Amino acid sequence: MKILNRNKVRDIESVKTHLSSPWASFAAILLATIWTIPTFGLFVTSFRPSSGISSSGWWTVLTKPEFTFENYSRVLFEGRGATPPLSQYFLNTFAIVIPSTIIPITIAIFAAYAIAWFDFKGRNFLFFSIFALQVIPLQMSLIPLLQLFSGGLHIGSVTVIPSFGITGTFIPIWLAHTMFGLPLAIFLLHNFIAQLPRELIEAARVDGADYFKLFRQIVLPLSVPAIASFAIFQFLWVWNDLLVALTFGGGKREIAPLMVRLAEMTGTRGGDWELLTAGAFVSILVPVAVFFALQRYFVRGLLAGSVKG
Amino acid sequence: MLEIAARQTQLEQAFSKLTGLVITVFLFALIVIAAFWLAERTSEKLQKYIKYLIFLTPALVFLFIGLIGPALRTLYLSFRDARGENFVGWENYHWAFTQPEILEVLKNTGIWMVVAPLASTGFGLTIAVLTDRMRRPGVVKSLIFMPMAISFVGAGIIWKFVYQFQPNDRVAEIGLLSQIAEWLGFVPTNWILTSPLNTFLLIIVFVWIQTGFAMVVLSAAIKAIPDEILEASMLDGASGWKRFAKVTVPMIRGTIIVVLSTITIGALKVFDIIRTMTGGNFKTSVIANEMYNQSFRALNYGTGSALAIILFIGVLPLVVYNVIHLRRERAER
Repeated sequence: MKILNRNKVRDIESVKTHLSSPWASFAAILLATIWTIPTFGLFVTSFRPSSGISSSGWWTVLTKPEFTFENYSRVLFEGRGATPPLSQYFLNTFAIVIPSTIIPITIAIFAAYAIAWFDFKGRNFLFFSIFALQVIPLQMSLIPLLQLFSGGLHIGSVTVIPSFGITGTFIPIWLAHTMFGLPLAIFLLHNFIAQLPRELIEAARVDGADYFKLFRQIVLPLSVPAIASFAIFQFLWVWNDLLVALTFGGGKREIAPLMVRLAEMTGTRGGDWELLTAGAFVSILVPVAVFFALQRYFVRGLLAGSVKG
Repeated sequence: MLEIAARQTQLEQAFSKLTGLVITVFLFALIVIAAFWLAERTSEKLQKYIKYLIFLTPALVFLFIGLIGPALRTLYLSFRDARGENFVGWENYHWAFTQPEILEVLKNTGIWMVVAPLASTGFGLTIAVLTDRMRRPGVVKSLIFMPMAISFVGAGIIWKFVYQFQPNDRVAEIGLLSQIAEWLGFVPTNWILTSPLNTFLLIIVFVWIQTGFAMVVLSAAIKAIPDEILEASMLDGASGWKRFAKVTVPMIRGTIIVVLSTITIGALKVFDIIRTMTGGNFKTSVIANEMYNQSFRALNYGTGSALAIILFIGVLPLVVYNVIHLRRERAER
């Protein structure tokens, strides 16, 4: 049986090599190059002196190389008037991203575990309802959620939820990201947890492990790859988000993340390419590094979310 | 002197933010651990109920407060006036479908919905097929996929620079598109201001990002085609193109449709690219951007909510399709 398989593998290898044409490879490499040129242009420009940027195209550096780190030091550490430098916004992005990743994952893995392994009526219905919640575009929640955060919830003159005075802090942004991230998180994690071998779970139950111990000792350690997949998703999503931060940050500079500042800069400082390119590159660096380091998990999550597997 | 003081406050601010962050994460962890510690020490009878309270309730509460409740309230607000005080019937919807500016917005959204998914999926499929035959597709795939990690804002800046136009004839072009146009013998124009071209230029940015997604998903589907089928078509002497059209595409049809609908949903919701590159000016606005303007610039919650509902109705059939597709797949398994 094994030998047969190996022969088959060799046959297919030969089919594949037969199929691989130098033209296809050439076309693929060409496309990849075209795809990379815009980013490369930004990268090169961010290291050029501002006089050079505004008077000649970045592709001229091939003949007249001239580089500087000044753009980065200016954009990162020099504020202007009431506007703090980009390093402050960078910090805000971290302050937003970390809780906005940890909280939804924790809550989602709890729910995914409950839906997958607790015996209760309507489990399937609940699961598909949560998945279907992805129909609700974020835009549909913005106004009411903002009103809730700023004014609390009142029915008539009765206060159901007080406002807590959290407007202007990071808390509304964390909560909004948690809420919006949950449907996909529960969906992806449930797909994984539901596939853990039934014997394993039942053996542990017979051993007298209650549902809490079972979660702690078996489900959680086994779910690490799925958690990693979703963590990368949520991290990239929150890091790159503009709309949620713009809406729930209320335009306050003290809590605005990088993306809000960059979007603002393109509007007001559209001509300062030396600052814009350096700023954009700073904002791109972390997600791209995370992405390349953990690409495998990211792809796995992507596939689990959209195709069979 | 002043500068040193400014640095000082900046450092203080940074420090207080970091401590706030650490305390938050620590508190959250503490709550979770305490809940587990307590729950594990209760009687088995009590645990039957507590397990739902701890594992399921937080998610349900968040989903209700964050999504279900607000969605219903938006529906309600869409039938009320700007401040949500009086009932106005269908007026906001009537406004959306008669105002020339909003009709423009709806038209643009329509263009996005058609062009963006077709182009992204087309490129993604092409690259997936091309790299499927390559010996070492890793680098090519990574480069195409990389924009997925870049924010729409970052991508907006990258492409705004590509589209940059130099109005002064005596100064060299610094935007790649203008330079290429010049090399090819055309006269560059201010691309981003030229309607309807500018909408397509914005779509390119989106396609640039989404192609990687389409490629990865389709590539996996192509890999999953049974080798026997591939071999059989080889023996039949089918040419490369024929094999693609008659074998590969029909075999991955389901996946192609899921990719198309997923990207269409993304195109319907697009906001950041418009915000960064044109701010919705020069006839490039789309529904998500207009919804933001109505709600948070014009402070009209009625029209803003109506636009959100229109967006929802646009997304609905696509997500329903994806859910049904998923359900069918589960049943097959």
